[in-house]
Amino acid sequence: MEELSLHILDLVQNSLGAGAGCIEIVIEENTDRDLFLVEIHDDGKGMSREFVERVLNPFTTTRTTRRVGLGLSLLEMATRQCNGGIEIDSELGRGTKVRAVFQHSHWDRAPLGNIKATLITIISANPLVRLVYRHRVNNRSFSLDTEEVITVLGDIPLNHMAVLDWLENYLSQELNELYGGG
Amino acid sequence: MATLKSLDDLRKLREQVQGEITERFGGEVKIIVGMGTCGIAAGARDVMTAILQELRTRNIQAAITQTGCVGMCEREPLIDIVRPGEERITYGRVTPVDAKRLVAEHVVHGRVVEDLVVARFEE
Ligand SMILES: Nc1ncnc2c1ncn2[C@@H]1O[C@H](COP(=O)(O)OP(=O)(O)OP(=O)(O)O)[C@@H](O)[C@H]1O
Ligand SMILES: [Mg+2]
Repeated sequence: MEELSLHILDLVQNSLGAGAGCIEIVIEENTDRDLFLVEIHDDGKGMSREFVERVLNPFTTTRTTRRVGLGLSLLEMATRQCNGGIEIDSELGRGTKVRAVFQHSHWDRAPLGNIKATLITIISANPLVRLVYRHRVNNRSFSLDTEEVITVLGDIPLNHMAVLDWLENYLSQELNELYGGG
Repeated sequence: MATLKSLDDLRKLREQVQGEITERFGGEVKIIVGMGTCGIAAGARDVMTAILQELRTRNIQAAITQTGCVGMCEREPLIDIVRPGEERITYGRVTPVDAKRLVAEHVVHGRVVEDLVVARFEE
């Protein structure tokens, strides 16, 4: 995939497929340590240890519509190309943590891309799922927890068009600041 | 700090929206976007963005959801549209430009966009 934010959207679909009610996305860009890290935590149904060991093989999937599962194998390939790798920590009935590490400066590392579109997509399609977003770029950081937004909104749904408008502006502004823009 | 001002905006927005009487009885139109790896790789996120934009421009509130791969990977991006009480229509190989047309024609007027249909189901 051309953008890491598309891999993130893909991992989140896995979490949703596992019935997650809360999903946390963590991004850390650290140029000093030359690392680009992405983590997704969910409280979905999890996987057994034995399943996790096989899950990076594309022929491991619980899907019934296609014989191969591509998401995790593609992500692993992308990290390997950039001197990184992925780690999966999962427990049946508890949830899953997927951690992908890339060498930040690696030529083949895809850019993060349009993370705002990824977040708006997830929120608009899953207003009842709690999404926590934490993003650090060197010494600056930004975080968003949809539960806090819901507290302010009261009974107005998170996917109300006016709320999505607000989110769009809010994210543009915060992400811009995160990258040192004025 | 940006955050506080933004939260303030959000509070104002809440008051505004609460003032509006939205007539949503009779149900919303449902829009389902395929977000399996196949859908995402084929451009589903841009299609979703286009749908949201069009809904916003037209001030339409719809219930958007996402789903995983349904086994028609070569026809992704797939979009299903269901108007209350009507058939569920699946559209395939939808581009952002098509997506705007689907909102304008099907969501708003109930006119099925025949050239993009790949399946129909009774709900
Ligand atoms: N967060 C998760 N929680 C529980 N199970 C997971 C999670 N992520 C992946 N899995 C399991 O691992 C399998 C493989 O995932 P992967 O993303 O590689 O492929 P897929 O989701 O099956 O198909 P694709 O990503 O190509 O649409 C899934 O079918 C699912 O059973
Ligand atoms: Mg997947």
